[in-house]
Amino acid sequence: MVKKRLIPCLDVRDGRTVKGIQFEGLRDAGDPVALAARYAHEGADELVFLDITATNQRRQPLTELVRDVARVLDIPFTVGGGISTVADVEALLLSGADKVSINSAALARPAFISDLARRFGSQCVVVAVDARLVEGEWQVMTRAGTTPTGRQAVDWCRTAADLGAGEFLLTSMSHDGTKAGFALELTRAVSDAVSVPVIASGGAGQPSDFTAVFEAGGADAALAASIFHFNETALPALKQYLHAAGIAVRL
Amino acid sequence: MEIAVVDYKGGNVQSVLFALERLGAQAVLTADPEVLRRADKVLFPGEGEASSAMQALREAGLDLVLPTLTQPFLGICLGMQLLGTHSEENDTPMLGLLPFQVQRFVPDTAHKVPHMGWNNLQAMRGPLLAGLTEADHVYFVHSYYAPVGPYTIAQAAHPGPFSAAVQHENFYGVQFHTEKSGPVGTRILANFLAL
Repeated sequence: MVKKRLIPCLDVRDGRTVKGIQFEGLRDAGDPVALAARYAHEGADELVFLDITATNQRRQPLTELVRDVARVLDIPFTVGGGISTVADVEALLLSGADKVSINSAALARPAFISDLARRFGSQCVVVAVDARLVEGEWQVMTRAGTTPTGRQAVDWCRTAADLGAGEFLLTSMSHDGTKAGFALELTRAVSDAVSVPVIASGGAGQPSDFTAVFEAGGADAALAASIFHFNETALPALKQYLHAAGIAVRL
Repeated sequence: MEIAVVDYKGGNVQSVLFALERLGAQAVLTADPEVLRRADKVLFPGEGEASSAMQALREAGLDLVLPTLTQPFLGICLGMQLLGTHSEENDTPMLGLLPFQVQRFVPDTAHKVPHMGWNNLQAMRGPLLAGLTEADHVYFVHSYYAPVGPYTIAQAAHPGPFSAAVQHENFYGVQFHTEKSGPVGTRILANFLAL
């Protein structure tokens, strides 16, 4: 059977790995190439690299850095941040990315999802959704979480899946960086609504949070940053914990 | 040793080139029939959609060249599926080197499509998969699969069994991504280079 995936995420700004709380208050977490190699060695199932300043500064992701990371990485590698054209995606795939994560551009022009799926295949189109809980509704935010879209998370995921999204990277902004656990109801609602895999993101704090998001949340994969970067929970120990808890993981 | 990676303007070839580089192997990315014929090993990574890939192969004349190759040949992912006779993906005739028809997975609540992630291999045989055990995992990303048949040299399940690897004479195919399957994938690539 296919295993539940653990995915460290490198938020990268100006060539360094950074991490904040609810998308703000960034602190330095090190050299992305060294971190990528370490995580692959420790048993990460995949790696996500997000150029978090790209959209707001209208800058293309750093393809050179992507190349340096891809060169050392023998696990799947997803790159996101500021991707808005087919040519952006082509450049990233040529640099060694396996999948791309798109967000604001897909919200602005949903047909972008089908353009990419037709050209490169759904398997490399990850649609990232940043959702915030506002008065009991999960609202989709755009432009690095700064702007409400008026869309509701489950509806948007259904639409994006119909257009050819191959996977969702679902981040609860309300949980991001809080270490209070993942957004279980949101994850479950999206996972039940679409037939493609869902990566849950935002709120990982302790090992039991992962058990919860895989079981109650129905997530196919879980993404985290701080707990890995700052050595709070090491990947091998987390995998042993999940295995002992009856979650199917790759050891 | 000369290693050729087939360049058909479709797949994500860079990951494969990096994986070969990590093994210390020098590979050339090419669509030149002469270079392909004289290489010691040929790798054919594939991603994307079947009919576009076949179209790209026809435009490069490679649909006629690849079947005539006699050295060890490894098709990866869509590169494996293209070895079959037909794909359900846009009703596409394939190269026809192996007698399988590619079908689409049907999703259910417990089994999503694409089949994406790490899955373990079963019923392995032959030199390509030498040294592996059923506890070893490899990375898959695909919505279509080749059924199990006499050509199958490894299986995986999602939920039913399908061909994770196939072989006929010098033509090998793997549905998973050797280049993205950690140390296990590296072992398989090294086995291929040693054929």
